[in-house]
Amino acid sequence: MKILAFGIAREIIGSAMIEIQLAENATVTDLKFLLMNQYPRLNQLNSLLIAVNMEYAQPHQILQDCDEIALIPPVSGG
Amino acid sequence: MNLSSAELLRYGRHLTLPELGLEGQLKLKKGSVLVVGAGGLGSPMLLYLAAAGVGRIGIIDPDVVDVTNLQRQILYNSADVGKSKAETARRKLLELNPHIDITVYPIALTRHNALQIIENYDVIADGTDNFQTRYLVNDACVIKGKVNIYGSIFRFEGQVSVFNYPQANGERGVNYRDLFPAPPPPDMIPDCAEGGVLGVLPGIIGSIQASEAIKVLTGVGEPLAGRLFLFDAASFMTRVLKVSKNPNLAPITELVDYDIFCGIKPIVQNNIRNISASDLLKQLKSNESFQLIDVREKHEFESGFMEGAQSMPLSQLTTFIPEIQKDKKVILYCQSGKRSAKALGQLIDNHGFTNVVHLENGFAGWLKFESGKKEL
Repeated sequence: MKILAFGIAREIIGSAMIEIQLAENATVTDLKFLLMNQYPRLNQLNSLLIAVNMEYAQPHQILQDCDEIALIPPVSGG
Repeated sequence: MNLSSAELLRYGRHLTLPELGLEGQLKLKKGSVLVVGAGGLGSPMLLYLAAAGVGRIGIIDPDVVDVTNLQRQILYNSADVGKSKAETARRKLLELNPHIDITVYPIALTRHNALQIIENYDVIADGTDNFQTRYLVNDACVIKGKVNIYGSIFRFEGQVSVFNYPQANGERGVNYRDLFPAPPPPDMIPDCAEGGVLGVLPGIIGSIQASEAIKVLTGVGEPLAGRLFLFDAASFMTRVLKVSKNPNLAPITELVDYDIFCGIKPIVQNNIRNISASDLLKQLKSNESFQLIDVREKHEFESGFMEGAQSMPLSQLTTFIPEIQKDKKVILYCQSGKRSAKALGQLIDNHGFTNVVHLENGFAGWLKFESGKKEL
C-alpha cells in the first residue's frame, strides 16, 4: 500500500512515499496504530489528516492494497 | 452601481470573459475582501485582488518590512525595509488601481478586535504565518458566517481550501477545525524562518487564494469548498482531497485565548520575561554577568550577531540545554522576538529554567534602537 507523506510527516517518516503491508481487512485505525508505533513522533502532532484515495478517511474504513493513503499534518507558513 | 469608462477599459479582458462579464465585474466592484497578513501569501493575493477590481480591500498586518521578506513578499522592494507592511501595501495597490478603496489595520488581529474587523467584509483571506492566528481567523469566520479562503505553506508544499462556504442545505461547509481540530505542539512544526521556504511557493499558493476569492465574490465556477488542494513544488505533485465535516467537533461559539490554545504562552507569564532594547543596553553597561544566546538559525547568526552572543538555534535547542547557564541571567534573542519567545517557553516549561528572559523585537529591533541612538 502506497503512503504519501506531506509536511512534517515527511520529515518524521524520512521519505515522501513509503510502501507498507497491512493485514487483510485492516482499517484506517489499524493503519494509524501501526504508523504511530513505527514513527512515535507522529503521535505528538495532535491533528493528522488521513485521506484514502483522495478522500477524508473514516476510522472504520477497510483498506485495500491498491489504496493510496495520504498523511497531511497542518502547516502554518504564510 | 456602474463602471466608469476608465473602468470599462481597464477591466476589458474580464468583461470579454463570458462567465464573468459586466455582471461579474460589478460584483467584484461591490465586493470586499479582508486579507489577513500582508506577507508571502498576502502579497500576490493583494496584487491580484486589487488588479481585478475588488471594490473594497482590507489589509491587516502589524509588521514592518524586513529584508528577509523580500525573497518572497513581492509587494515590497528594498527601499521599503523598516516601513509598515499594511501602509506600504496600500500605497502600491492604489498605484496599481486607483478605482478601489483600501482600508489598512497596521495592528495584530486579536480575539478582542477580530469579530469587529471581520464583520465589515464579504470574504476573509487567511495569509497568516502562525497557528494562533489561523485558529482565530477560522473561529471568527465561523461565528460571523464569513467565507474563509485558506492558504498555508511549508518549505516546498502548500495547502488551499475554501472554508465555511454556504451549502445548499443552508448550513456552512467544512472549516479549518474539521481538518485539524487541535494545533500541534508549538515547537514541532517549523515556520518559514526556522524551516525555510521556496520564495516562489507563496506566489503560487497566494495566487490560487486570489482566484478562489474572485470566484466566491462573482459566483463563477466551483469554489474549492469541501476540498483541500495540496501542492508539492519539489516533485510537482498535486492532490485535491475531498474533506467532510467532523461530527465530533464542538460547535465554535466564542473566541478563546489562542496563545494558550496553541501552547505558546509560557506557564510563567509576566512582563519580566521580556526585556526591551534599552533594558539590554543597561544590562550591557552594568557589571552583572549574563549569558546572551542567539536562537536564530546558524546562517542567520553568521550574517551578523550581537557581541558576546552564543549561537543555539531554536531548531536544535534541546541539544544545547547543558550549555545554558542556570546560575545567572540568560537573555535570548532572535530576529523579531517571535522565536526567542518560543525558546523561552520551552526552556521554562520543559526544562525548568527560571532565569531566562528574551529580547522584545529581537535583533532587528536592537539594530533599529542602535541606529536611533546614533541619530540622537
